Amino acid sequence: MSTVECVECGAEVSLHEDLEVGEIVDCGTCGSELEVIDDDPVTLDLAPELEEDWGE
Amino acid sequence: MRVGLLYSRIRKDEKLLLSELRERGHEVEKIDVRDEQFGLDGTTANVDELDLALDRCLSTSRSLYVTRFLDAYGVPTVNAPETAAVCADKVRCSLALAGAGAPTPRTETAFTVESAMESIERFGYPCVLKPVIGSWGRLMAKIDSKSAAEAVLEHKATLGHYEHKVFYVQEFVEKPGRDIRVVAADGEPVAAMTRSSDHWLTNAAQGSSVKEFEVTPEVAALVETASAAVGGGLLGVDLMETGDSYTVHEVNHTVEFKALDSCTDVDVAGAAVDWLEGRASATTEVSP
Repeated sequence: MSTVECVECGAEVSLHEDLEVGEIVDCGTCGSELEVIDDDPVTLDLAPELEEDWGE
Repeated sequence: MRVGLLYSRIRKDEKLLLSELRERGHEVEKIDVRDEQFGLDGTTANVDELDLALDRCLSTSRSLYVTRFLDAYGVPTVNAPETAAVCADKVRCSLALAGAGAPTPRTETAFTVESAMESIERFGYPCVLKPVIGSWGRLMAKIDSKSAAEAVLEHKATLGHYEHKVFYVQEFVEKPGRDIRVVAADGEPVAAMTRSSDHWLTNAAQGSSVKEFEVTPEVAALVETASAAVGGGLLGVDLMETGDSYTVHEVNHTVEFKALDSCTDVDVAGAAVDWLEGRASATTEVSP
């Protein structure tokens, strides 16, 4: 399992194997939701905040 | 087949679909709609030679527009833009269900606080105020009293987008602590679950507990009717039990199924891809 630095708090974030661009991972230290914006190399950014029209 | 997956966030649902599509050897073009532009005669998105585009946009507004654009480019979309438009708008969905003869909760729409108040008083307490666009049980209000109604209506009239001034008032259905979600493909049930909670809202997104539900012939018939009412496709049909029957309160066009997947032996993603394959081959056969 690889790790990458949280863009919010700098802690190490563990990444699972089948990571997809567009997926959200949580920082276990600060709780931030982080979006995978690239998978080679893995790059994270803060995920967008919940919008009113999100859903199913 | 070559499938475009329209998305802005990859949830567990999309991962299940991606995995199923790739394992079967289908070519998947992931299209993050946030990165693209959509013009009147073309798009920056790679939609060339797509057999179909699967709309999994988390954002309803993006879903509605992008499916319209792809439809204009001649790319078959799942679901169709008109189905998305009907499902996304609770007024249109209620009208479609009622028009098709599906039992659905009594609903009125009003456009001013005063007329909404009249509607609420006529329904009596409790009744329900819902946003016309919205999901996951958010911004739903169970109105227990006249003073609560006045407060919620004032907030909606003052704080929100113009859509919040379209007051969608509905009867409160005394359900038995649960509702039923059926995932269906063109009206044919794939799998179903109950969603139970002590709270009046039983959406899975609100943390309800889920359990597999065996679809009865009566429920299957209602699902078929509800699906046809909105134009068919891959849908989540929500029903409430009313004692001796059911009422259909919602149809979802970008249905989430991870909660269902967790409580059933049915391979929901697999069944969805089965249906997509059939849809793609049917589209190919009718193409010139």
